[in-house]
Amino acid sequence: MLLDGFLSLVILFLAWRLLTSKDLFKAVVLFIGFGLVMSLAWIRLRAIDIAMAEAAIGAGLTGALFLSALHRMHRAGDTAPDTDEEPDAT
Amino acid sequence: MTRMKNDRPVSRTTKGLTAVAAVSLAAILTWGVWSLPPYPDHVRTLVFEKLPVSGVENPVTAVLLNFRGYDTLIEIGVLLLALVGVLSAGPYSAPAPGKQPRPILMLLPRLFLPFIILLSGYVLWIGKYAPGGAFQAGAVLAGGGILYVTATDRRIRLATGIVRSAVAAGLLVFLLVALATLVARGQFLQYPVASAGTLILVIETAATVSIGAILLLLFVGAEPIEAYPNRDRHIEPQNAEKEDPIK
Repeated sequence: MLLDGFLSLVILFLAWRLLTSKDLFKAVVLFIGFGLVMSLAWIRLRAIDIAMAEAAIGAGLTGALFLSALHRMHRAGDTAPDTDEEPDAT
Repeated sequence: MTRMKNDRPVSRTTKGLTAVAAVSLAAILTWGVWSLPPYPDHVRTLVFEKLPVSGVENPVTAVLLNFRGYDTLIEIGVLLLALVGVLSAGPYSAPAPGKQPRPILMLLPRLFLPFIILLSGYVLWIGKYAPGGAFQAGAVLAGGGILYVTATDRRIRLATGIVRSAVAAGLLVFLLVALATLVARGQFLQYPVASAGTLILVIETAATVSIGAILLLLFVGAEPIEAYPNRDRHIEPQNAEKEDPIK
């Protein structure tokens, strides 16, 4: 019960952090972490097949897809040049 | 730090409206899930009652591949359609070749690909007895394929027979089995009880290969067919060297 509450809080916190993050790379990494914690949540719901699929597809494939998209954005010049403002609190 | 260019600040009304919409959606979903009965008991008892005749011992696989096999057939068809849609969505851009050789990057596929293929086969096989099955095994296989393609910058050609058969195999085998049961027993997708397990394994194997290939192609794209040389010209990076495409 305590674990479930903790997992829900972690999921919500990760989701909030990744959605409000200005650094896109950090957002993608948080998304992959989010996928893995989500997989744990599926296991707690006793849906182990879905947990496996979530880990492989949600964290693995979609994470790699986002990284590839970020790389293409960078190559195409859609990312702002590196500035050193707002260092993140974490 | 990688930010988006043209990152305009969002107005407060937009933020407020989005917050209201998100919170109400979350509230509706929470209320919906909360008002469900703890376990849909009659469905559970039904599934466990009919499990011996389904040919497998895992209730999830039994439901997916036997009791609701028609849904899975359509799912695999939808995956194939999604691939066709994605491949038609825009011009193909080849991956920019990096500096060769890259021993560190190639180390990962060399270490992991054998285990990934073995793991995929295991997950496929264990789907009969424990959580697993075709979709999970296919996703693992696609992960291994992505590892390989990212490390070697391979381009996958759509026109080769092996790629196209891999992508279509799942749907094809599933349809053939379904039509065979229609011809032999008069009912679509009604497996004979004695061979239900074998049929499910055959379908799942083809589906694993297919799902792995489709997910891989969804990730990496495919060089278009060269049968129509004046259409679908793929974009080559300026200083590309010709790499050997797969077959």
